[in-house]
Formats: sequence, structure tokens, C-alpha cells
Amino acid sequence: MQIERVDNFAMPLQDLAILVIDENRIRASIIEDGLREAGHLRVTVVNEINEVARVIERDMPDVVVIDLENPNRDRLEHFFSLSRALRKPIAMFVDRSDAAAIEAAVEAGVSAYVVDGLKKERVKPILDMAVSRFNAFARLTRELEQARSELEDRKVIDQAKAILNRTRGLGEAAAYALLRKTAMNQNRRIVDIAQSLVTADSLLGPEE
Amino acid sequence: MSLIALSAGFLPLLDSVLLVLAREKGFAAAEGLDLHLVKESSWANIRDRAALGHFDFAQMLAPMPIAATLGLNPLSVPMITPMMLGLGNNGVTVSAELRARMADAGAPTTLEAGPVGAALAKVVRAAERKLRFGVVHQTSSHNYELRYWLMASGIVPDRDIEIVVLPPPLLPEALGSGGIDGYCVGEPWNTVGVKTAGAHIATVKASIWRSSPDKVIGMRAHWAEANSEIVAGLIRAVHHAAVWCGERDNHQEIADIMAAPHYLGLPAERILPALSGQFDIGGGVAARVPDHFVPYAGAANFPWTSHAAWFYSQMVRWGEVEHIPERARAAAMTFRPDVYRSALTPLGVPMPLADSKVEGLLAAPTEVASTSRTLVMGPDGFFDGVRFDPEQIEAYIAAQRG
Repeated sequence: MQIERVDNFAMPLQDLAILVIDENRIRASIIEDGLREAGHLRVTVVNEINEVARVIERDMPDVVVIDLENPNRDRLEHFFSLSRALRKPIAMFVDRSDAAAIEAAVEAGVSAYVVDGLKKERVKPILDMAVSRFNAFARLTRELEQARSELEDRKVIDQAKAILNRTRGLGEAAAYALLRKTAMNQNRRIVDIAQSLVTADSLLGPEE
Repeated sequence: MSLIALSAGFLPLLDSVLLVLAREKGFAAAEGLDLHLVKESSWANIRDRAALGHFDFAQMLAPMPIAATLGLNPLSVPMITPMMLGLGNNGVTVSAELRARMADAGAPTTLEAGPVGAALAKVVRAAERKLRFGVVHQTSSHNYELRYWLMASGIVPDRDIEIVVLPPPLLPEALGSGGIDGYCVGEPWNTVGVKTAGAHIATVKASIWRSSPDKVIGMRAHWAEANSEIVAGLIRAVHHAAVWCGERDNHQEIADIMAAPHYLGLPAERILPALSGQFDIGGGVAARVPDHFVPYAGAANFPWTSHAAWFYSQMVRWGEVEHIPERARAAAMTFRPDVYRSALTPLGVPMPLADSKVEGLLAAPTEVASTSRTLVMGPDGFFDGVRFDPEQIEAYIAAQRG
């Protein structure tokens, strides 16, 4: 993996060419923004793996960032190993000895490949940035998912309350209290009780 | 009794079946293990997560733990292979167009590596463009077998034919769209190519290198040492799964289990051919390959150090590592027959007495020296008749350097 390359260390920091490969366009642009905010101007984003070979030939990236869900990681690594012959050596991660950084990256779901000979101090901030943006994106996705499912839950509970109002004349508060008590007695979630009620009602109710 | 949780990574391929059965049929639980299987998207992820300890062990390509031990990976940690996940299972599949040209050049539909390779060589010599073949990973039995078959057929990989890497589930589509002309992959992805991309199976691993390994259990060496009881339990669980998998009566149930979305996510009829050896090889031609995938018989789970040595010889052949004798020894010792034996000796499982064998000595099923009962080994060795003697690895490497 260790191949010689004459790296111009006199180049200013922002002149590192960075390639971001991510099929998730939103996440890719979040990372791109982060890199630009940090002063990196030569950032290319590729969403489609088939473009990668061409872009690497053209841009000669110093750092490549790719998401771990990408099934084309093996293809990319093979491509890098071939490109050794083209004197564009790229190895994985910043420094083999930096186990904590590598672990953080894999946990966040991102992997980085770096041109050999590039100083660790120059690459570390880029990897850290990618890791924190990946984590932020995952958090955002989780929160969205949670908000969506809470909204769904509320809808089902409202339906169940309406059924109890119609069939047993219970007011909103009394209907909710009954759902809650039943859930506690059966050691189930309120939304599950509500869902059972809605399902039963649709089965037992008048045919439409 | 509370179970010990074990997590393992796998890729959607038929030969993850022994791990799946160990979990689904209760063989792991019977050994006190709660086997948690995680479907991964690339071999690189398997390699990295196994090295970091996110997985206790993983289904791996046979050469992967060797590469890790030799330090060829970015996160190299010494790995061991205490058990093989069966023999065979790969095939070489080509596009309808390439198959037609190979047929014109005299390729039979018998899947025999020799004559099929000779026909491919004629096509390659006459082709107006460089053909492109896909394999699943550089450090894979697929890559080394395909290259071996091509070289022995008079085709020089990289010079005469391009070899690219693609993940298994994407190969049939790449073939169908004309991105590649052929590929070497494990089942069910040859059958999927035939059914969905009009492809043809040209030859099989069982013909290129008979009784040869493909997937293994790989784990960090120091973890294995620190958890020897767990490792022994895992070997016994997978052993029982292998015996069960080898029973013909169980094939339909196995195909149904593997069809689930969290395993292969394919219809059971795409999975059955690999188990039964009854293939539709394309164009309505049927073929029977009884030793296509061997989960248990013929010491299929025994980690022969000579198999590791052969993979090492191919890493040297293709310039991935420089040969030095200590490295050859370290590579061979990645496979651990001692660990396998100590786990299964209490069960009286028949096992070979040797750790290593010469590939190409057995021309027919042969009874070999074993610990108990009868152990019949299937025929082994390469289609070109060249023997691999691990004791003569220097000469083998030199001859291949040619």
C-alpha cells in the first residue's frame, strides 16, 4: 500500500483535492458544505459510482471519502490498487496507528482513502469533519423518523378515541384514560392498544 | 441458561448458509451461543468491522484472513481460520453473445474447464476489443481461480482480458447491460444471471479446482485465543449445521430459509440449484454438478494449511506480496486445523490425520487416513493437471513466474 509520491507540502491547506462518494445526495451535500466552510475549495461530489473512475482521472484527488453502506467499496479499492501503476497511490485512512480515529469513522459509517505521503495533520481535520457530519446526518434521520412515527401514533390514538366516543359515549379524556389503563394492564404500548381497537372496529363495523 | 451473544457479518451468498442454519435450526443455541448475523454490503466492510472487533467473527473469502495476517490490509490484525464453510459454489458466467462466440470456437456445454477455456482463448485472440470479466474482490478465491483458469488456457489476465471488481448482487445486472462480458461469483448469482440477464454458465469452480475452498470463518487471532471455549462451541454448531445442510431431504427447507429478505432475499427456486447441483446453465441446457457445493462431505470444513499456502502462492503470482519463506509459513498457519480438531474430537467426527495435502493427488474419491470411522475425500486438484505440493512452494512459484 505504501507508494512513493512527491507531495507538495508547501501548498496551502485548501488546495487539497477532496472527492466525496455518497449515493445519498442530501448527506453528500451536507459534507460538501462542511468542507467548503472549512476552507476547502476543491471538493467534488459523486453520487453515481460509474463516474468515479473518470473523476479520479480528471481531479486526481488527495482524499476520497465514501459511505460504508456503499456496495461499491470493493470496486473502489480495486480501482485504487490498479491506479498505483498510474502513480496515484491511495491508501485507506490517515494513519494505521490512529485506531481511535478509524474506529470513530467506521462507527459513523464513513471510510476515507488518502494519497500516500500526505501528512496526518492535514487529513485528520477532513476525516473528523466527515465523521461529525455523518453522525449529525444519522441523528437528523433518526429524529425525522421518530417525529414521523409519533405523528402516526397520534393519528391512531385519535381514531381510537373517536371510536370509544361513538360506541361508549366517552369523552376525550376518559377515552384516553381507558386506553392508557388497558395498555398498562396488558403491558403494551398505548398505540398498540389503539391500533387493535381501530383494526377490530374496521372488522366489526358496518360494511361500506 | 443465558446464551453468549456472538455477532458475525455475512454477505448475501449461498455459502453463508452454514451460519444461517447454525442460528435458524438451533445448533448455535444448543452450544450456548446466541448468533447475531449482520448482512453487510461489501467485503471491505466485513474486513474492517472484523478487524475492529465490531464482529466477533465473519464469513470471509478464504484469502482474506491470510491477507490480514500478512499485513496487506489497512487495518491489519492477525486473523485465523478455524473452519471452512464448505467447498465449491463458484461458477464462471458469460453473456449470451460471448457464449455464442465460444460455442462457435468449440466450447462444449459440459462445463469442463479445459475445453471451455480453450474455446475462450480462441475468442479472445480473435476479439476486436478486450473482454472484461468481473470478480467479487481482489483478495478472493474467485479472482485467483479465474486468473488460474485463464492463464492455464493461454489467456494472460490484465493483458488479454480486463478484470474488474463488482459486488456479487450487481454482477448479473452489469452483464445484462453490457458493462462486463463475464464474471466469476458464488451462487446464487450465476443462476440469477441465467434467469435475469440471459447469461450462460460456462464453467464451475468444481471443474477448475476440484474440492476447493471458498468461504471461511475468519476471526482475530488474539480473540480466538482468549475465547477458545466459545470458538469450540461455534465450530461444533457450524459442524452440525454442515451435516444437516448436506442432507438432500433438507434442501427445500434450506432454500426457503435462505430466501428470507434478511438473508438472500431471492425466490427459493433461484437458490435450490446450488444445493441440488441441478442447473439451468442457460439456453435451456441442463447440467448436473454433484460436487457444486459441498457443505460437509469429504472433510469440507477442515482447514487444510495447504489450501492457505496455495492462496498465498497466488498472492505472490499476482504481485500482491513478495515471497519470503517466513511469510509463506505465516500464511499457511493462518488456517488452524488444530483448533478445528480440538473442538470436534469429543464428538468423534472423522478427521484427516494430516494438516496438509498435495493438491492433485486424488483422481477419484479415495478413503484417507482419519481419526475414526471412514473418511472418503473427493477428487482434488486443478483442471490442467499441475500439482501443488506445499513442500515445494518455491518451485511452484518459480514455475508460475515462468
